[in-house]
This record gives sequence, structure tokens and C-alpha cells, in this order.
Amino acid sequence: MTDDHLSNTEPEAAFQERVDNEIKIEPKDWMPEGYRRNLIRQISQHAHSEVIGMQPEGNWITRAPTLKRKMILLAKVQDEAGHGLYLYSAAETLGVTREDMIGALHEGHAKYASIFNYPTLTWADVGVIGWLVDSAAIVNQISLQRTSYGPYSRAMIRICKEESFHQRQGFEILMPLASGSLEQKAMAQDAMNRWWWPTLMMFGPHDSESVHGAKSMQWKIKRKSNDELRQDFIDQTVPQAEYLGLAIPDPDLKWNEERGHYDFGEIDWDEFRTVVSGNGLCNRERLERHSRAHREGEWVREAMRACEEKKRTA
Amino acid sequence: MIPARVEERTSPGRDGVPPSRGAGRLPSQAALAEFVLALGDDSLVLGQRLSEWCGRAPFLEEDIAIANVALDYLGRAEKFYRYVSELGGGRRSVDEIAFLRDSRAYRNLLIFELPVGDFARTMARQLMVDAFHLPYFRRLSRSTNARIAAIAAKAVKESRYHLKRSRDWVLRLGDGTEESHAKIQSAFDALWGYCPEMFAMAGDEMALLDSGVAVDRSAMKTDWESEMKDVLSEATLTTPGNEWAISGGRDGVHTEHHGYLLAEMQFMQRAYPGLDW
Ligand SMILES: [Fe+2]
Ligand SMILES: [Fe+2]
Repeated sequence: MTDDHLSNTEPEAAFQERVDNEIKIEPKDWMPEGYRRNLIRQISQHAHSEVIGMQPEGNWITRAPTLKRKMILLAKVQDEAGHGLYLYSAAETLGVTREDMIGALHEGHAKYASIFNYPTLTWADVGVIGWLVDSAAIVNQISLQRTSYGPYSRAMIRICKEESFHQRQGFEILMPLASGSLEQKAMAQDAMNRWWWPTLMMFGPHDSESVHGAKSMQWKIKRKSNDELRQDFIDQTVPQAEYLGLAIPDPDLKWNEERGHYDFGEIDWDEFRTVVSGNGLCNRERLERHSRAHREGEWVREAMRACEEKKRTA
Repeated sequence: MIPARVEERTSPGRDGVPPSRGAGRLPSQAALAEFVLALGDDSLVLGQRLSEWCGRAPFLEEDIAIANVALDYLGRAEKFYRYVSELGGGRRSVDEIAFLRDSRAYRNLLIFELPVGDFARTMARQLMVDAFHLPYFRRLSRSTNARIAAIAAKAVKESRYHLKRSRDWVLRLGDGTEESHAKIQSAFDALWGYCPEMFAMAGDEMALLDSGVAVDRSAMKTDWESEMKDVLSEATLTTPGNEWAISGGRDGVHTEHHGYLLAEMQFMQRAYPGLDW
């Protein structure tokens, strides 16, 4: 027997071989503890982001300017709740419960996308979130359709199908603004100015600074690096901004013929750290609102459990 | 075309006191527009209320389910208003009808505008209106007015699902824990007196009854009461007595909550008049 063969009998090597061969890892398969933990962290964080992300846009459902916009926005935010569900279910296959994950969120052990700590001040913000934030999410999620963990990958495939509707609804909110009155144009540009940089921050720190980056790539939990994804997003978004007639608030943004990509300015990482560490405008309110709703729903969930219990023992 | 009187009552920005609606006093076309408008207002106001739950429900599956119900109501409002708009020769758009009237010109029944309250309050209201809407729209789906019949037919399908949900919830909460039992009981007690208004015939409906456009709500009360009694007793709840009854919605006399609902809902149309969104 060769050394090679011997090492293949070790579970970790066999696991890596499956990953390298693009065979999906399923819940019952052996997996390294680090892989499992890494996945729980990433999937639950992703689930929390979908759910906390309902708040900034949900903030405008009751104030949407037309009946049609109200319905589309409500359906969109409802989709995000669905995404949260798919993802919690995917994470549950790794041996955690939804209740555990929500507990970790409320106690501050689990994170969610920092972008949702910015406030939605005007109706244009709802358009810009759909267009930019959902676009950024799509760029990330498309690459995650190929993630090595089966349930996560399948959740991503389902979610991506719905996300393109989200991006379009955002763009469609902005179209009448971009071609509307001076007030509407200013409202759209102001939203663009406030959301552009935070959206770029969504992809996380530079690859050189990313804590979980290398291992996640080796295990193919992540398929593209933060910087690659950010570049993809910028390249696809600049022409859309031009179409809308919205200026991108970055004086260094310009097409680089040689690279075949847009060059862009440096992100304000101080701002990023400020918001991530809890000092964004809405961090406290987002969490408080979520945990309040959860607390206020406790008696309902309890009643439901009591009924199920009665049925079982009847 | 809607006669001037109706137009004046409901035109954007006007808030004059509506004339009283005596039976048979309205020309049938005006009565038709009033009738459809009232159904639209019922749908819009409850859809608006239910949409307040989005992101606040006891768990995610409920967020999704309540949003579905809210979307049904908002979609129904859109259809009724579109018809009102057409009856008026398209002079007012759907959104002008939905967003640019003051409280006195909205004809929704009071029960639809009440605040969502807690989950028990929301579900008690749903059971009461769902148990009314299912048979009501079933009858209205045989209206001699094809347009109304079509909207009602879709509402029947929706109401069947709504009623199944609200009934299940009332049973669960009634029979769940002591706390849930107390909460759902007090919700029924607090809302009960708003129900009789669902069975009161407005002048426009009376005028449209003979032609078979509208249906007789008052004839549905007994069945509704016995259905409520059945569900409530299965849920181990006490059916409230008929000591009190409040009405006014069809005449544009609303609760004080109504103005705030409008202020929030109409904000964009009021702050930026005349723009496309
Ligand atoms: Fe999503
Ligand atoms: Fe989305």
C-alpha cells in the first residue's frame, strides 16, 4: 500500500477529495468539525441577514406611494422571510435549531449583514436597496450555488430564482424617479450617495484581511473571494447607473481597458468597522425590534406547542 | 359617468360631509360606484392593517402567511378601485381613489380599520370577517353585474383559505395555554360590537338589491352568528353577548384610528402631489 492510499483512508482526506471533485457534502456525511462550525456560522449569518433585512424595506410598506408599489414591496419583503426560512432549515441539517440561532443573534454572538444597519430615509432608499443591495446579494449567491454543502447550495438555487425579481423591483422604483421631477431625481441621487459605499462593504474586507477566507475557499464553502465578488458587482452595476442617469459617488471610478474591469476608490474601512462593531445608526434598533417581536410572539408559540402536545397525548 | 354629487364627495382633497344615503334615493349608476367604492375601502384598509405585521409576526411562517392575506386584500382593493375609476370615466386613477380622500370620504366598515393589536386581536378580527366574507362573496359572485361577480369569485377562493387559517388559530389560542385563552377571549370581547355593522344595508346596497347587483347582508347574520358560536365553543371560548354595537363607517364616520392610518398611508401622495411613482 502506498502512502497516498493510506492517507485517502483518513476521513479528512476523503472529505477533501470529495470536495475537490465537486461532489456535494450531505448532512449524513462525515465532515470536519471546523467545516461544520464554519457552515453554521455562515448559513445562520446569511439567514439572519435575510430576516433583519426585512426591516429597512418593511419600514416603507405602509407608506408606499401607490397601491401597486405597496403590493410589490410587500411581496418582496415576504420573499425575504422565505429566504430566511430556507436558510434556517439548511443550517438545521447541521444540528442546530432555529431557536438556538435566533438566541445567538439576540445575544450578539451571531452577526447579520451590516448593510441593514443603515436607515431608509426616503422612498428612493427602497429602490436603491432593491437595486444595489439585492444585486450585491445575487452576485454573492450565484457563486454560492456551487458551494460544497448540498442543503446550502440547494437553498441558494431556490433563492437566486427569486432575487432577480427583487433587483428588478428596485430598478423599477428608481426609473420613474430618475426621469421624474427635480425633487425625485434629487431623492434618487441622495439615496445612491448614501448606499453606494455601504453596498461595496457588503462583500467584506479585502482578501488579504479576511479571517475565514482561506479555509472557506479550500472547503469550497465560498467559491469566489470577497474582492472578486466586489469587482463583479461594480462591473455589472456601473452601466445600470448610467442608464438611470445616477452618478456613482466615487471620483476614482473609471474603466480600465487593460484589466477589463472598472477601477474604483478605496473603501472607508473605518466606517465599515464602526458599523460592524455596533455603532451604525440602526444596529440597536434592528436587534431590539427583532427580539421584541420574538418576545411578543412567545405566548403564541407556547399556545401552539401546548395544542400539539394535547393532540399527541389525546 | 358618476353624477356630480358622488364625484364631489370622493374627489381628491375634498373633505365635505357626505350627504345621507337614504334607500332608493341614489340613481343606480351612482349607487353602483358607491357600493364598489365601499368594498374597495374595506379591502384597502384591512390590507393596510395586515401589512403592518410584516416582520413582526410570532415566527417566520406567520410573517409569510399574514403577508399573503394582506396581499389578497390589497389586490382586491385594486380591482374594486379600478372599476370605480372606470365608472367615473377614468377621471380619477386607482391611486387617486386609494390615497387622495380624507377620512370622511372613506366608506370602510369600522371593524377593518381598528388597529392590529396583538396576535389574538388580529386573529379574532380575521375569524369574524372571514366567516362573513366567505358566504358574502359566494353570494356576490352570482351578482348580475359581471365585473363584481368576477372580483367576488376570486375573493371566495381567498376567503376559504383565510377562514381556514383564522379558524385554526382561534381554536389553537382558545385551547392553548391559559394566557392565550385569556388573550383571545378578550379580543373577541373587544371586537364583538363592531360586527353588526357588517350586516347593515347601506342605501346604495338597498338601491342595487332588486336588480341583483348587490346582495342582502342582513339575511346572513343568523348563519354567521351560529357559525361563530360553533367555532368559539369548540375553542372553549364564551361567545360575547350583544350588549353593544357601533357603526358609522359606511357614512364616513370613523374611529379616531382612521386618520392616523390615512396619514401614514397617504404620506407620499400628500408630500409629493401629482408625481408618478
Ligand atoms: Fe433574499
Ligand atoms: Fe432579496
